[in-house]
Amino acid sequence: MIQISLEKKLKAANGNMQLHVDIEIEQGKLITLYGNSGAGKTSILRMIAGLLQADKGLIFVNQNTWFDSQKGICLKPQQRKIGFVFQDYALFPNMTVKENLVYALEKGQNKEIINELISIIELGDLQGRKPESLSGGQKQRVALARALVRKPEILMLDEPLSAIDIKMRNLLQDYILKVHKEFNLTTILVSHEIGEVIKMSDTIFVIDNGKIIKQGKPIEVFSNKKVSGKFQFSGEIIQIDKEDVIYIVTILIGVNIVKIVAVESEIQTMKVGDKVMVASKAFNPLLQKIN
Amino acid sequence: MMDWEPMILTLKLALVTTALLLIISIPLAYWLAYTKSRIKPVTETLVSMPLILPPTVLGFYLLVAFSPANAFGNFLANWFGIKLIFSFGGLVVASVIYSLPFMVHPIQSGFANLSPAITEASYVLGKSRTTTLFKVLLPNIKPSLLTGIVLAFAHTIGEFGVVLMIGGNIPGRTKVASIAIYDEVESLNYGTANRYSLILFAITFIILLTVFLINGGYLKRFWK
Repeated sequence: MIQISLEKKLKAANGNMQLHVDIEIEQGKLITLYGNSGAGKTSILRMIAGLLQADKGLIFVNQNTWFDSQKGICLKPQQRKIGFVFQDYALFPNMTVKENLVYALEKGQNKEIINELISIIELGDLQGRKPESLSGGQKQRVALARALVRKPEILMLDEPLSAIDIKMRNLLQDYILKVHKEFNLTTILVSHEIGEVIKMSDTIFVIDNGKIIKQGKPIEVFSNKKVSGKFQFSGEIIQIDKEDVIYIVTILIGVNIVKIVAVESEIQTMKVGDKVMVASKAFNPLLQKIN
Repeated sequence: MMDWEPMILTLKLALVTTALLLIISIPLAYWLAYTKSRIKPVTETLVSMPLILPPTVLGFYLLVAFSPANAFGNFLANWFGIKLIFSFGGLVVASVIYSLPFMVHPIQSGFANLSPAITEASYVLGKSRTTTLFKVLLPNIKPSLLTGIVLAFAHTIGEFGVVLMIGGNIPGRTKVASIAIYDEVESLNYGTANRYSLILFAITFIILLTVFLINGGYLKRFWK
């Protein structure tokens, strides 16, 4: 169980912002901090990691106190067992992929973990290469593997996939889910990508202006009405066309584009760029294997 | 017949000075690059002053300070038996101060140009500041280190004013090449002066060329 309660005055783009959040995370869950940029998501991660000190608050991780402003306890980043995947990967340019992983070993730690990670995250072909010769997606995989070498109590990912194209992103999401399960990690993901959040998280915390404004299961958080659909996808409107009396709404769901018919009254509240949920329950879908 | 002693003395002075500077400058540059202390501007100013200050001014104050007639020089002489004026040791101390900015500045900007995330990444992986410095930061600023080493070395070779003030012109002890040249010109031995000058010219050219070749990646391309 991880309990976090943090307060900090932050300098944001438009003046000062008072960050104040309370978060509880069960062991083994993957939670997401969701919100616009500048909402304070990354600052929360940095405070948990010990890279930024909160003004007030508590961080308890599995009965250990990492931070307690009243008792004056604040462990250094080195003393907190965390895996942190930075937005710009932060690989060490002077080391090869394998050396990056080896560097992360603790004194006396069994080196077997390196080979295990190399095989799980499929870095075999890359291990002798320097970071500068890797693509964004490859760097991200190395950063993920490096963060796991110490077997952290919490894995934190700061917008890990924001700079990566959509195909690669799906693959990386699967890697993250795989290691999350395999190592029984407690994972905190920062993201502003709805599809990603829904696919990956157990619980989501919507952060706005330094406060949690909503929390719960992703689908509940993102759909205002509860729908008991057989089909339920979320996507983004990329085009709305008028055809006679009806409208055709083109929606991007993951990497697929679907067109959905809507009437004028439905369209009125929607515009291009809106996130929408597509659900259906009145027909039987056909399932067919594709090669 | 050319006397090689001033050349050898010059190289010895440059080597010792550069080695000492490297040891002093890495922690100093590290501190300057990362500190938020209020005395940072003052320290930066002091480190940079030899760039602008006439060498004779620096030499003059060092001469006064090191003189056994004054408190500091007296203290050194009585307690450690060290005499810094008109000695090789004095030249080394003066050169270290005089060439300090040439070593500190490149290393400091090397540190400052590294992404702060790689330092944080190392801390988060449980590594101490020292380990991070030696395993992550320094290996990634090799070009800056090389630039610092070479500039400090070359600058020490070219020293004149400070050396003259504090070292004088004692053959084998403080008579470095730049002073020897001046000496020969004074005695109207233009031929010898020219030979010393040519050697210094060639050495500095080669040293600086090497830096630009290495840091510009030309050699790497050539070898591949």
